[in-house]
Amino acid sequence: MASLIDKSPCEDLLPIITPGAQLTEAQPGPVTSVAPFKGRQAATARALAADGLGWPEVGRAVVAPAGRCLWAGRGVAFVTGLVPQGLEDLAALTDQSDGWAVLRLEGAQAAAVLARLCPLDLRAAVFAPGHVARAPLGHMMAILHRTGAEAFEIWVFRSMAGTAVHELAVAMQALAARG
Amino acid sequence: MRITCPLCGDRDRREFTYYGAADYLNRPGMGAPAEAWDAYLHLRDNPAGATRDLWYHEMGCAAWLVVNRDTVSHAVLSVRLVTDAQAEGGAA
Repeated sequence: MASLIDKSPCEDLLPIITPGAQLTEAQPGPVTSVAPFKGRQAATARALAADGLGWPEVGRAVVAPAGRCLWAGRGVAFVTGLVPQGLEDLAALTDQSDGWAVLRLEGAQAAAVLARLCPLDLRAAVFAPGHVARAPLGHMMAILHRTGAEAFEIWVFRSMAGTAVHELAVAMQALAARG
Repeated sequence: MRITCPLCGDRDRREFTYYGAADYLNRPGMGAPAEAWDAYLHLRDNPAGATRDLWYHEMGCAAWLVVNRDTVSHAVLSVRLVTDAQAEGGAA
């Protein structure tokens, strides 16, 4: 077996820091997509409860000490931080750990930066901490999770990591230049 | 044009992909006559007014939607998940 070097999706690209915003890479740990079979959503939720998680409502996340369960689309959630157990007969499971680049955008200007790329109402009263959305980031499909008042986690396909970092960096620098 | 996804809320129509008429939900049964298949594949209304289409929320939640819209005013009259529409009896 060849000795392979483990590299994160945004290796050498981050962090990027501008006045009011900083972009770093998050390491969410294992990522498993969970798509319950027809009629098995309640049973899936019970199985996830064993890990302190549950089935998220539309546009929400379930956050537990051990991990998170993010709504990721119609009938799909991403469990991250741990590998869910006991779901084999209840849901379609896919290991997506290496499929996503996860960026953390923080700071007083974080929402303003994201607003340049993402056509969502990002005001905290509408997109509050704990909320999750699938939305375009530029032309990329993304998952957004607002983890705090001034903190967002941005998930994009791993193949888009370089483009996502570039687009966010341009938005951060342009916003900083306005002073 | 804006489409209100039942899951994601009010979104720009560029997040969605158009598929075709909602007639595609009314697939004939296995023993259906050739005329039924001909109608299913080829015959479409071309209304000046309310029309029903299938759209896919590609940049969002990946749900298939039945969009009822007005071809004259471009107003979107209603949006429902295909699964919900079918659960309430066919593609109506």
